[in-house]
Amino acid sequence: MSTTRRATIPATRYPVERLTLDNGLRVVLTPDRSAPVIGVAVVYDVGIRSEPEGRTGFAHLFEHLMFQGSENLEKLAHFRHVQGAGGTFNGSTHLDYTDYYETLPGNALERALFLEADRMRGPRLTEENLRNQVDVVKEEIRVNVLNRPYGGFPWLTLPPVLFDTFPNAHDGYGSFTDLESATVADAADFFQHYYASGNAVLAVSGDIDVAEAVELVERHFDDVPARPAPVRPSFVEPDLSAERRVSYTDRLAPLPAVASAWRVPDPISDFAGYLPYTVLAEVLTDGDAARLVERLVQRDRSVTSVGGYLGFMGDPFDVRDPTALLLQAHLPPDGDVDKVLRTVDEELDRLATDGLADGELARIQARMATHLLRDTDAVLGRALRMAVLEQQRGEPGLLNELPRLVGEVTEESVRAAAATLRPQRRATIEVLAGVEQ
Amino acid sequence: MSGPMTTVSRALPPLGPTRKLRLPKQAERTLSNGLTVIAVRRPAVPLVELRLGMPFGRVHPARAAMLAQTLLSGTTTLTGVQIAAELQKVGGGLSAGVDPDRLMLSGAGLVTGLDRMLEILAEVLATAAYPADEVATERDRLVDRIQLAQCQPGHLARTALLRRIYGRHPYAVQTPTPDQVRAVRPTVLRKLHDQRVHPTGAVLVLVGDIQPERALDAAEQALGGWNGTGHVAELPATPPLEPGPLLLVDRPGSVQSSLRMALPAVPRTDPDHAALQLANLIFGGYFSSRWVENIREEKGYTYGPHSLVEHSAAGSVLLAAAEVATDVTGAALLETQYELGRLACVAPGEEELEQARQYALGTLQLGISTQAGLAALTSAYAGSGLRLDFLAEHAARLAKATVADVADAAAQYLAPARAVTVVLGDAQRVAGQLATLTEVVTEPAGP
Repeated sequence: MSTTRRATIPATRYPVERLTLDNGLRVVLTPDRSAPVIGVAVVYDVGIRSEPEGRTGFAHLFEHLMFQGSENLEKLAHFRHVQGAGGTFNGSTHLDYTDYYETLPGNALERALFLEADRMRGPRLTEENLRNQVDVVKEEIRVNVLNRPYGGFPWLTLPPVLFDTFPNAHDGYGSFTDLESATVADAADFFQHYYASGNAVLAVSGDIDVAEAVELVERHFDDVPARPAPVRPSFVEPDLSAERRVSYTDRLAPLPAVASAWRVPDPISDFAGYLPYTVLAEVLTDGDAARLVERLVQRDRSVTSVGGYLGFMGDPFDVRDPTALLLQAHLPPDGDVDKVLRTVDEELDRLATDGLADGELARIQARMATHLLRDTDAVLGRALRMAVLEQQRGEPGLLNELPRLVGEVTEESVRAAAATLRPQRRATIEVLAGVEQ
Repeated sequence: MSGPMTTVSRALPPLGPTRKLRLPKQAERTLSNGLTVIAVRRPAVPLVELRLGMPFGRVHPARAAMLAQTLLSGTTTLTGVQIAAELQKVGGGLSAGVDPDRLMLSGAGLVTGLDRMLEILAEVLATAAYPADEVATERDRLVDRIQLAQCQPGHLARTALLRRIYGRHPYAVQTPTPDQVRAVRPTVLRKLHDQRVHPTGAVLVLVGDIQPERALDAAEQALGGWNGTGHVAELPATPPLEPGPLLLVDRPGSVQSSLRMALPAVPRTDPDHAALQLANLIFGGYFSSRWVENIREEKGYTYGPHSLVEHSAAGSVLLAAAEVATDVTGAALLETQYELGRLACVAPGEEELEQARQYALGTLQLGISTQAGLAALTSAYAGSGLRLDFLAEHAARLAKATVADVADAAAQYLAPARAVTVVLGDAQRVAGQLATLTEVVTEPAGP
């Protein structure tokens, strides 16, 4: 029997209004008048996995091109109009979607809608802008991958160990060769195919009046030409039946590192089967009281840090199948990766066999609730999450339910999840230190 | 799209009326032990953010870093694991960090757990034990982390720049060496804790779904008995920047160069600050700036150039940073000097200023629209002796700065002749390019 007092898991009650325009654009509105700011997000259902062979990095390169002018806007105008309204903006490319977003003072709603509608009708795809952004993307890759230790570890280096097919295994940042050979015609095709109104979701959160927002959305998006969403192919691959392990030397890395991944249930069609894995990752690695931190960092001192999460980009609730639970660790100078993996197996066994300690599950769930609520405190966090939940599940209101659903995950299901993380289903990437200490 | 377009020309919609900056409800109390507590109400989510900043100047960087690394490793009654687990029970967590000015404890949790978080915080402050085993583990981890940092170009460039601009000031070295860390023993940490972890001059900030007065009561209840008396060390003012030859730090094999510049700046309360902030935005402080448009959007030399005014207790400095392709390192420096010089010599346009002003005002609104943003700002302001109402004063100064004010600030602070410049990169490939523009001295990369 538990004698520990259990923290009550609170919930949010963000209101959700959904509508679909005649051209197929889905819209989610979630008003909250507690601060005079808004978040605007447009999410297209295309990501790294949809890139054709020979065009690695194209989804991300195209994301850059969406900022380079549109029907009624010169190059640089988008940035100036958002920031000149007191707002901030960005975009990002994921495995299964690409997002574009702004956070703005509430009086800039119509301006933001105008800007997003204009590029949804058509970005200005010119040779000059393409060449310029290929250069910029190459510098981005140098900053984040080539010129720093552990660049791309493990999000770029582990998928090719776990997966076999091009969509799941290739480098989403892209090779310089592929980037340099991209053409304006490729970009026009990509836009035509994937950036259809029927393949997009618009979400607006924050200081809005719903009726007024609906009117403004219709005013700016109604005449975006209708194009249906393309059929998304299945990216399913069979699970591993034998352990895989690959290592490489990172010439800039001073210390060894390791990451492992195991496939998990389909996050969309088997959400109930998937949720316990999100809890398991936290049981293993969230903070000094987590199992692997206590064992590997503090007791054995066989690693200096360890982290665990769902999805290669740390995106548990906005990724489709196939995806994975990942564990990654940095080791001390003479660290022994084999020993670390053996200990992980041992701890997973112990969890599967003996279950959780008194109060352990409840405190992890309380902590997860805090993280979820904190992420949605920002209006933009809410808009982005709801847009993707609408796109992938048709259920933006799930955002309100997540803390409760995480809180309802049972000890039995966490144990069962741990029991599936067997060595023969594991893919591991090992980084060998290339820098002498 | 390519091909003929048959589109209607559409006009950019105007902005709606500005919604007024409203400061949230807050309360403040200084306890008899010297601790100041500021509580701010923002009830959007049922959480509370906690920041406790303590003056921590003039502490040896190795001792300071190790104290932050081990402060939460155990007390007389709780182990480090128990501290973490007890906090988790209320959805909470705490972490410690340190810079040359302050020791900071930060965390967030369910608002229903505020009392418990404060209780644990009080226990840590009063009875942190620095257990020998945990200290040994954390020492090794910190050494590994420092070694890792020393392989990061950004860290190496910053280290070289700090040494170059601060000379003998305590800010010059902010990262200890592995050997210095290895020498820190638990007894040293306990002594340092006794001397420096005390309530005088410390500020606790609580932001969230709270009634401010009640949160102050809760803080007083938990922390009123915290009574370490010790000393607060004053830092000397930072020295003026001394421009000189460009310092080229050699990192053979780099596929990019890290360009860093330091320029003079003033504290938040200085009458020039608002105008300087606007001048900085126009130069390189946001995406729609001249520098970004030039070296990224026009020339493709770099991914994310940016500049900002960094405020520390002993002085402020304007820092500009860009990672640029090796082949265009000299060209990127040329364009940077050009943009600085152009703004310092020629007044900006009205429209350009208006755009920067709206950005500055808008991001103030955005910054205080979350609990975490409010907590960070309140705590940063408190570190400079300011309160949230300064935000309104600052907004008013931003609103009334004229083109002439901004031109004056640019001439005074952004003149390229006043810049201290450091480049980290492959010296063999970039020294020649840089030497065409300025005098260069080269040194090897290293801690």
